[in-house]
Amino acid sequence: MGILEVKGINKRFGGLQALGDVNLSVQENTVHAIIGPNGAGKSTLLNVLVGKLIPDSGSVMFDGQSVLGRKPHEINQMGISRVFQTPEIFADLSVFENVLIPCFAKRDGSFKMQAIGAVTGHSDIHTTAEAILDDVNMLDKRHMTAASLSRGDKRRLEMAMCLVQEPKLLLLDEPTAGMARADTNNTIDLLKEIKEKRDITMCIIEHDMHVVFSLSERITVLAQGMPLVEDTPDNIKGHPKVREAYLGEAQV
Amino acid sequence: MLGLNSRDFKLFIVVCLMALAAPILLNPFPTASALGESFNAGYPALMQRFVIFGILVIGFNILFGLTGYLSFGHAAFLGVGSYAAVWMFKLLSYNVVPAIILSVIVAGLFAVVIGYVSLRRSGIYFSILTLAFAQMSYQLAYSVFTPLTNGETGLQVYNDDPQILMGANSPTSPHFFGLEMNSQYTLDISGWSFVFQNGYYLSAIFLILGFYLSIRIFRSPTGLMLRAIKSNQTRMSYTGINTKPYMLAAFVISGMYAGLAGGLLAAMDPLTGAERMFWTASGEIVVMAILGGVGTLIGPVLGAGIIKYLENIVSKINDSILHQWFAFMPDWLEGVLVTIIHPFIGKGWHLTLGLLFMAVVIFLPGGLVQGGQKIGGLFRRKKTDDAADGAKTPAE
Repeated sequence: MGILEVKGINKRFGGLQALGDVNLSVQENTVHAIIGPNGAGKSTLLNVLVGKLIPDSGSVMFDGQSVLGRKPHEINQMGISRVFQTPEIFADLSVFENVLIPCFAKRDGSFKMQAIGAVTGHSDIHTTAEAILDDVNMLDKRHMTAASLSRGDKRRLEMAMCLVQEPKLLLLDEPTAGMARADTNNTIDLLKEIKEKRDITMCIIEHDMHVVFSLSERITVLAQGMPLVEDTPDNIKGHPKVREAYLGEAQV
Repeated sequence: MLGLNSRDFKLFIVVCLMALAAPILLNPFPTASALGESFNAGYPALMQRFVIFGILVIGFNILFGLTGYLSFGHAAFLGVGSYAAVWMFKLLSYNVVPAIILSVIVAGLFAVVIGYVSLRRSGIYFSILTLAFAQMSYQLAYSVFTPLTNGETGLQVYNDDPQILMGANSPTSPHFFGLEMNSQYTLDISGWSFVFQNGYYLSAIFLILGFYLSIRIFRSPTGLMLRAIKSNQTRMSYTGINTKPYMLAAFVISGMYAGLAGGLLAAMDPLTGAERMFWTASGEIVVMAILGGVGTLIGPVLGAGIIKYLENIVSKINDSILHQWFAFMPDWLEGVLVTIIHPFIGKGWHLTLGLLFMAVVIFLPGGLVQGGQKIGGLFRRKKTDDAADGAKTPAE
């Protein structure tokens, strides 16, 4: 029994079968990659997992509880965090304030009225926020406005914001999309480091095979909304069906 | 101090001093002089407006400044607050305490309803929804709710009203446990006369309290959440935060400030009408906030002060006053100057305001506060040659 169990998910957009009978089982403390050519339904699947889309049928169980029908903030409070293709951060706030918000969300839940006491009075939150910034080597940038960060730093910041919540499952939506090779390698190192330091399950959607094979322990291949194969990276590499699905798109 | 950091505390002290010393500060010229007659603003009726609209815009800024949601119907809460206060005068007595309490509560409840519906949408749709609610309230006050609002005549206190708490020798105008709002003490010092009025000081104390509370809200975790909502709602929900109750809380707090302002307006002058809820009144609030500096602490107070000053001072200036000022010039030059200035004064004060507003929006998008920071930055650079410490973080 995995921490995330997806069973028989179907989703149609008009005449298009975006997901057809998708099953997925993500084991605790593994890095699970979902790959597939464009239009395979990877992003649709991810949006179902975080509550942005409701599937036509099927079930999604996370840690023994159903995820379906819950709002994104409720699903996050269950322990699923998400990293976006383009980093979603609070651009107008300082780096430190960016990290404070998930700290408050972790400690106080989805809503708590605290309109009188100053933020600076919550010393436990400050300690946690400083620790995570130190972890991702951004403590010296704490007073910078998040908008002024480099793209790589924005990614690190978003990662820190997710990690500080100590999620049970971290979903990554093409974390290296549009990055130069050097930045991609930095991201891989960052993710490996995260993996070593803490017990965390990761589910990565990725185009870049280099990233996929450097990080993942299990791979699910989607094609045209259907799960094609699920196996270890070594077996996937030589799998004829996978080669067929990608058909020259990448050298797997 | 008082739970504020040292910078905020200084700002708070400055606001306290300005509010308490306003009767002196706003009368810089001798009362009988030509300048004094034109530019002195230290008379109670105007000072009351400064602080009451200051309270209103401080509250508006908690919503618009922090969350970026532009309410275009805030005058509705002002109007509702005024009606509630006048009803307390009619039913209980002229004591302002129950009147002000009820005006805040009623405006708060009103804000819960309007906010709950309007906050289902964001951006321009939110603004239009609030505008629609305010215009609806305005029209209803004229028609269906005439028994409550007394329609076009406006709501006021009549001799046959119950006023069940009125004693035999209770004051017959609004009062704070016997201290009548309109009673005043005049201090004459060689040509100057300073008027200290109870009503003004009651409003000023509420302004100080309201300003203090707004600093606390800005610096609190909830204030941080509201700024984060303005910055990125998607990240908020994927950070496990339910934005709806935070937004509603900001909306209701903001509406309660407006209700307090409405209650105070009624306490200064115990009558009210539906025109207080008209959309131009809502628009004026928006202009005040933007002129002063949206999202800054002191900006709203400045904006409210400047607009009320222009409205009452510039509109009073007329051609004959101009001729007096320029009397020392040759006649032809005097004539030319008066002709040039004529469209900007008297009824033309809106033109002056419009030009000022345009200049601020174009050159100082952060409002007059940004202008102040720029000037402050220049001075600091000259003094210490340290550019890095210049005007930063306008939002704080």
